[in-house]
Amino acid sequence: MEVARYWRTTGQRYQLIGEVCHNCGKKIFPPRDVCPECDKEAKTPYAFTGKGEVYSYSTIHSAPEGFEKYVPYTVALIRLEEGPLITAQLTDVEAKDVRIGMPVEMVTRVLREDGERGMLVYGYKFRPSLLGLQSADLHPVESAV
Amino acid sequence: MRDVSIIGIGQVAVGEHWDKSLRELGYLALSAAMRDAKVERIDSLFVGNMLAGELTGQEHIGAMIADFAGLRGVEAVKVEAACGSGAASLRMGYITVAGGMSDIVACVGVEKMTDRPNDTVTSALAMAADNDYEALHGLSFVSINALLMRRYMHEHGYRKEDFAPFAINAHANAVNNPYAMFHHPITSRQFAESKMIADPVSLLDSSPIADGAACVILAPTAIAREFTEKPVRIRASTIATDSVAVHDRRDPLFLEGGAISAQKAYAMAGVGPGDIDLFEVHDAFTIMSALSLEAAGFAARGKGVALAAEGQINLGGRIPITTMGGLKARGHPVGATGMYQIVEVATQLRGEAGHNQVPSAHLGMAQNIGGSGATVVTTIMEGN
Ligand SMILES: [Zn+2]
Repeated sequence: MEVARYWRTTGQRYQLIGEVCHNCGKKIFPPRDVCPECDKEAKTPYAFTGKGEVYSYSTIHSAPEGFEKYVPYTVALIRLEEGPLITAQLTDVEAKDVRIGMPVEMVTRVLREDGERGMLVYGYKFRPSLLGLQSADLHPVESAV
Repeated sequence: MRDVSIIGIGQVAVGEHWDKSLRELGYLALSAAMRDAKVERIDSLFVGNMLAGELTGQEHIGAMIADFAGLRGVEAVKVEAACGSGAASLRMGYITVAGGMSDIVACVGVEKMTDRPNDTVTSALAMAADNDYEALHGLSFVSINALLMRRYMHEHGYRKEDFAPFAINAHANAVNNPYAMFHHPITSRQFAESKMIADPVSLLDSSPIADGAACVILAPTAIAREFTEKPVRIRASTIATDSVAVHDRRDPLFLEGGAISAQKAYAMAGVGPGDIDLFEVHDAFTIMSALSLEAAGFAARGKGVALAAEGQINLGGRIPITTMGGLKARGHPVGATGMYQIVEVATQLRGEAGHNQVPSAHLGMAQNIGGSGATVVTTIMEGN
């Protein structure tokens, strides 16, 4: 990944910083600057809690370049508790134990090793949440950045 | 706006053409279509292609193919919309003829994929998805379809084997298509035992990558009969879009782009799904057949798979699909695929589909999809 692009997307990849629309209140991830709900501009940063549940999942046996050494690995669509769907890998769980509806939480991990210089690309993955969705109440997170 | 017809068709057999380059494939389809239309010159050339730059190191293939085909000087440009590139090039040709800018227009879909190793092609295909938010996380294009298929099974209560009729029908129809990549039928047992690629998508849910090229020649309907006894009228041509990433869709299990594209096409032609005699769907994966049938109004939500189980998608069923093998068994040379679909519908409407002829086929529809549904091109055609 190009260095500039790496830094440009750091906030989203490390901290799940998306946006909130002040017109309709929709929470947006990934950030896209125009609200998909009401088409108004939405540029106010918003940090997601990183909690959600598995909407769908798949285990990859035939990987794209840069991911060959990780196979098999499990990818998923996660429904974040604030509403948006997000695409990510699952970690710390056996593929056979994954279920639709399973509560998960975000962690930061190495996504892949890039190019000849071996630059590590870090970003969000999701692991099973031990406490489930209700744990969000116990750990209030600063939501407006 | 002028009425537009297809006056010539041409195609190269889909497969691994290790002895032919991208430009040769494009030329072969173009020259075959020009012979079929009995034209020696064209006014414009639109080349649908997705991966020439990434897989062959060659961009600028509009001019390249025009020159190679002996048409130096002609207007020529490449059209790109991922796996929807082929039919998107037809849409550009249609606009050009309908708008009165050119009379004789060639639309070529071409792709050269088999020179490169599998992981390179897998990465290249992932460019149809959202690079920053899907591909970055290691998602292959297959796995994106797997996410859709798993959720579809969950919401609508299907088992994996329920998707078999799509693949079985495609292979059965490809047997009689000399331009198809595969000529062997498959059984439900083979489907059940086929190798897993990205759970629950296995090899026999998936279309094979390949080399290929197909072409149609367009002209104003008013002069079409000067060239051919069997012009095929284009009754509708539309493109609609949706988000590139699946996670950005309002409902991942509904192809909104497919629905908008089909509805616009029905309105343009003044027909409905009940009037369509055959439907070439974008069966890159079995799940896409189900979602396409639902988006285009041939089945209710969650009933696409049931429609296949009832045999309604077979030749002789209510809405035959993949009548010449589809992406699954004709093969999927990505940027060429949409043009193969158009050529196949035209073949049916000309009554030249041989053993696979849909009896008294009058109206045919093709729907070519870019990515997992971000670009959807719908074309409705009418025979004599
Ligand atoms: Zn809004």
